Formats: sequence, structure tokens, C-alpha cells
Amino acid sequence: MNPILKHALITAGVLAVFTVVGTALLSGTFEKTREPIAQSEKEAKRNLLSQVVPPAMHDNDLLQDTVQLPPSELLGQAAASTAYRAWLNGKPSAVILEAIAPDGYSGEIKLLVGIGAEGALTGVRVLTHKETPGLGDYIDIAHSDWIKNFDGKSLAKEGGENSRPGALPDEAWKVKKDGGKFDYMTGATISPRAVVKAVHKALVFFNQSRDTIFPDGDQQASSEETKEQR
Amino acid sequence: MSQGGISEYKAIIQNGLWKQNPGTVQLLGMCPTLAVTTSALNGLSLGIATAVVMAMSNAAVAPVRRFIPEEIRIPVFILIIAALVTVVDLSMNAYVHKLHNVLGIFIPLIVTNCIVLARVEAFAAKNPTVPSMLDGFMMGMGLAMVLTLLGAMRELAGKGTIFSNLDLVFGPQAKTWIPQLIPDYHGFLLAILPPGAFIGLGLLIAGYNVIERRRAAAAAQASAVPAAAH
Repeated sequence: MNPILKHALITAGVLAVFTVVGTALLSGTFEKTREPIAQSEKEAKRNLLSQVVPPAMHDNDLLQDTVQLPPSELLGQAAASTAYRAWLNGKPSAVILEAIAPDGYSGEIKLLVGIGAEGALTGVRVLTHKETPGLGDYIDIAHSDWIKNFDGKSLAKEGGENSRPGALPDEAWKVKKDGGKFDYMTGATISPRAVVKAVHKALVFFNQSRDTIFPDGDQQASSEETKEQR
Repeated sequence: MSQGGISEYKAIIQNGLWKQNPGTVQLLGMCPTLAVTTSALNGLSLGIATAVVMAMSNAAVAPVRRFIPEEIRIPVFILIIAALVTVVDLSMNAYVHKLHNVLGIFIPLIVTNCIVLARVEAFAAKNPTVPSMLDGFMMGMGLAMVLTLLGAMRELAGKGTIFSNLDLVFGPQAKTWIPQLIPDYHGFLLAILPPGAFIGLGLLIAGYNVIERRRAAAAAQASAVPAAAH
């Protein structure tokens, strides 16, 4: 055989052997870690959801009971988004919406908005953001408790009884600088303004589509099924 | 093959941790050095992950070094390194999920860290398995030392804490292990942002050079005195 050809074949063969060994190692590790990775991801998600709707408010697995929502301008979602439904004793207790504030200081701010069945916020958290570190990032719970300002707030019904504490009319859903009710930090108005706006719109969305999210009225239709899945 | 024995191992350890330290002397692997070191824990974890990858890749290359044809050694080295990094990446994702979220993209990027390929090429391709593994691990630990120190400096200056977020590795009970070192610290943003990394690394290299110069001067004096006595 031509010595050059022989050399090339040996070289290619060696490379092929290393590739096969490497691939085997990778697929083995992948198989072994797949289950734990899926578990930890679920755990992380569950953790996040429980910050927005406290565990005492539901007895179902939030990850199992979801509704797909169509693209919605109010949620800032150009694509379909997921709503997580919380039930307590077979009654709707809260829903978690994924909202996007498109007008952050540097790009989108992704939010999880928890809303009680009566329309009061149970919690809001920032999922991802690119706001300036040290300035606009106080919207993140890791940096300050500002986001907890939303807890218990709701949308006041027009002309209706507004006796509920935390019920705010539409014009109050702004930062104080713009004449609203929400605190902000000097020098960083844009990030909280975007968050307040997005949360307000999410509440409006909830009021409009409560019946689509909980179509079965006050009955938890698939309670048996949900329990089995847990 | 191995002729040096203990003194050889000693030299390898000294080179990795001090004389040829990747962070302050060779200045290899700057991407993670500058980007990840916003806290001591980040620096330490990425440093240890790198050290493990380096020990494994050196240990994997050294025994087969005679079978790898000269022309394809770089592809084979990269293949081995990439496979091992992916194994570490998947394992971290499975077993220390939160830390994996924080380090994110920098774990896969260990593949492109020049120091890993540099040690495989410069040491493991020419030396037996055990010294190669030690060399990879010690070089990695040298880098880990610099990453941790730099992370600790930036964290202390930027946030007033050291080794915060230990709960990412050790679970929620670790939250109380590390108190805020400087109470009511308002933060020094520059240290956390990228310029802080450059300034911090500059200080570390300067510190290294000062120590080295003093040692050299002391050594010169020590050898000059007996010379003068004769």
C-alpha cells in the first residue's frame, strides 16, 4: 500500500477511535444525569412559583396544572405563554402569569405575576432582566425588597366599592415621580416604571380573562388527576 | 521514565501554585478570570471545576500520548477536553444546580480556556500519567487560588461580604454561616463591574511581582555575603 495513504488511514482511524470513546463517555454521562437535571430544574421552577404564590395558598402541583394562553399584548407576550393555576380545596385560589415588560432600560424584563382569585397580587418576581447593576437592578429580589411593594395590591373596580385595602385606581399604577403610588429610587426610574406598567397590565389581563383561565368556574375539574400526578 | 521522584513532584507543585501560576505569571485563561470573579464563591467554584478538568484531561492524554499522531494531536486534545468539560457541566447541572445557574456559560467555556490545552500540549504530551495529572491539578489550583482571591477582593470591596451565597452549594442552612462583614455597606459598584476585575488582577500581579523581587533581592544578598567573606 502507498505509505502516504497508509499513514492517512492510520491517522483517521486513531481520530475515529477517540471520537467513539468520547461520544460513549458523553452519552453515558447524559443518561446518568438526565433524571437529576430534570428534577433540579423542576425543583427550581417550583421554588420560583412558590415565591409568587405561597404554598399555603394551594394544595395542587402548580407545574402540573397549567393553561396555555394565546399571545397577548397586555402580557407583553408575542408568543403563547403559560399560566399556572393554584387550587385550594377544589376552589381556584390564584394564578401565576408570565408577563414581559418590553420597556426596561436595557431590554425586556421577564416577570412572574401571582394573582389571587379575587384579583389581589400575591407576589411578583423578576425572572430575567438586563438592567444596570447597582442602579436599576433593585427590581430583583436578590438586590432589594422593592418588588414586595406589589404584594396585596389590586385593581380598584371602576365606580364599585373600593374598600379593599391595596385597591388602586388605574391612575395610581405609576411610580411616584409620575404621580402614582409606587416608590422608586432616584436615578433609576425607568426599570420600576416598566415593571409597574407590566404588572398593571397583567392585572387588567386577569380581570378580562379570569373565565378563560378558570373555565370550570369554582370547580377544580381534574382534581383526581392532579392528585395522582403529584 | 520518571527520574525525579519526590523532588520532581515538588517542582510540579511549586510551578503550578506559584512560579508558573496561570493567573499571575502565565496570564492564561483570562476570560473566566475577569468575568466570573464577582464573588469569592464564583471564583473558587469555577477554579475547582477547571482544576478537575485539567487533572482529568492531563491524566487522559498522558497514557495514550504515544498513540496520537503528531498531525492530529490538537483535534484529539480538544476532543478529550471538550468531552470532559461536558461531563463536568452535566454533573454540576445535576448535583449543584443553583451554582450551575450562576456560573452558567463559563463552565462550557472551560474548553476554550487556553491554560487547559496549554498544559496538555506542554506537559501531558511529554510526561508519564501521574506527574501529568498532578501538573494539571496543581496548575488548576494555582488558577483557582487567583480566581478566589480576586473574587474575594472584588466581593469585599463591592458588596462588603466574603463567600456570600454559600447556600447555592450547601443548601439553605448555609445562609447564616457568613455574616455581612461590613454592616450597612452600600456597595462599591466599580469593583463588581468588569473594570474592577482588571484593577484587581493588576493589583494581584503587582503584589506577586513585589514578593518575587523581595525574594530575589534576599537571595542575591544571601549569596553575596558568603562570597564576600571568602
